[in-house]
Amino acid sequence: MNIVVLVKQVPDTWAERRLRDDDKTLDRESGDAVINEIDEYAVEEALRICEAHGGEVTVLSMGPPRAVDTVRKALAMGVDKAVHLTDEALHGSCAPQTSLALATVLGTLDYDLVICGSEAVDARMSAMGALLAERLGVPQLTGARKVEIDGSTVRIQRQTENGYEVVEATTPAVISVMEKINDPRYPSFKGIMAAKKKPFTTLSVADAGIDPATVGLANATSEVVGFTPRPPRQAGQVVNDEGGGGVKLAEYLASQKII
Amino acid sequence: MAEVLVLVEHADGTVRKVTFELLTAARRIGEPSAVVLGAPGATAAMKDKLAEYGAAKVYAGESDDIDAFVVAPKAEMLAALVADKAPAAVLIASTPEGKEIAGRLAIKTSSGFITDAVDVDSDGVATQSVFGGATIVTSRVRTGTPILALRPNSVAATVEAGAGEVENLTVSVSEAAKGARIVDRVVEDKGSRPDLAEASVVVSGGRGMGNSENFSLVEALADSLGAAVGASRAATDAGWYPHQNQVGQTGVTVSPQLYVAVGISGAIQHRAGMQTSKTIVAINKDAEAPIFELADFGVVGDLFQIVPQLTEEITKRKG
Repeated sequence: MNIVVLVKQVPDTWAERRLRDDDKTLDRESGDAVINEIDEYAVEEALRICEAHGGEVTVLSMGPPRAVDTVRKALAMGVDKAVHLTDEALHGSCAPQTSLALATVLGTLDYDLVICGSEAVDARMSAMGALLAERLGVPQLTGARKVEIDGSTVRIQRQTENGYEVVEATTPAVISVMEKINDPRYPSFKGIMAAKKKPFTTLSVADAGIDPATVGLANATSEVVGFTPRPPRQAGQVVNDEGGGGVKLAEYLASQKII
Repeated sequence: MAEVLVLVEHADGTVRKVTFELLTAARRIGEPSAVVLGAPGATAAMKDKLAEYGAAKVYAGESDDIDAFVVAPKAEMLAALVADKAPAAVLIASTPEGKEIAGRLAIKTSSGFITDAVDVDSDGVATQSVFGGATIVTSRVRTGTPILALRPNSVAATVEAGAGEVENLTVSVSEAAKGARIVDRVVEDKGSRPDLAEASVVVSGGRGMGNSENFSLVEALADSLGAAVGASRAATDAGWYPHQNQVGQTGVTVSPQLYVAVGISGAIQHRAGMQTSKTIVAINKDAEAPIFELADFGVVGDLFQIVPQLTEEITKRKG
């Protein structure tokens, strides 16, 4: 079972995040950048599947030059080899364009499964798994909180609002995983050292055979028109409980006609 | 007037509230047509309700194949309808599945899509709340048909009668869309509480709850308010409450009329999931907790005293 796992570098959610004033795209340079947290669960799931069923795990990431740190983290966790798609021409690509670029690279790789996280914490569109399934013409196994492999049959539990669906497909397929599917391992010192010697391919748009007219801000299918910081909430009233705090709260809710 | 397609969210034969919000928003752009995709017979029970909120037409795409496979059949049906009707826009609920349908539809129709919109104007320009609510963004689709996914609870639904004329669609789901078969649906204990993302009142518990048993206090308060129950990541990571109830950056984003934070400090990750709520009240023993910076009304004290008293008072007032 050969697996390509997708990871994305995102601005750290603990730091202040902003859009750039010049082109209204996400500022990926100024703050700390980290691996998108749910992608660690995707890497862990890929490693576990290959440990149980054999095969090789390749990490694929699209992002600016500094995203190499995120790719190396996946290698340090135990992924076998890496492909980093990076090119100034990709800057400002929208989700459909990104899915096209990734699908183009995936077309050159050998995979039975593509695994990604269910959502990136920057754009939060939660659609990349579905977009890739559409582009690649393979089954969409997204929102997985459990994955089972039985030969070429893949069965997942797809999270729903009140439980889950059991969904079945045959490989090749795209899986997106939810948090809590597993507990991602920490890279060991040995893993970090070994990562430095693993095959690492850096691709430009031209190397990957992506038509530059299909990607990038100028050709994006949607655009940011404007943005403003949210006005801060007016500070409210805070009272100390002196035995009647619950009643006071109820009185406030009544005064607001909520109850 | 230009036609605007609205994908109907429905469950157990009933139209979900977000659909009325979508129809209301669609009326700003043009004339809404509701699209029902579901099992045979699904449309009949819902068409009157859809007309009440302005649906001029109700397209009925009914087949057992639609619900038997993940997302792809719905995207395929909508794509055929977009090709046939050339609508001014397509509005979809910004739920996990809605976003996936929007995305696949965008690719099939060579269009752009926008998710998590909290508002949309007559030109189809969407407003989004990003970076955990810290920044308000307006954006628009430049290519193809604007496909807009609107977050539940963002637009106040208003009635305006439409003709509600039913038009049956021919359904033929392609083999390509039948790749991921749903072989079972399992309902986990949900009780009678409203869905978290759609609820107009949410009561959440955090680290201050101390253990899973104490969440019964949060549940009792929620039930007195007809609210959904949420939890902070600290509480779900500790295993005190199910993960799907997590409100925050990596969980569900809620925007209810009232949000009650119980024993939640208000870390940035949590605020990202709830700070666009209309009214926020908080109960926490630490007067310095950042949740009080957001709260319209806060009580500093022991939640184990305050919460039961609040529940009792609400129940009493409701008579």
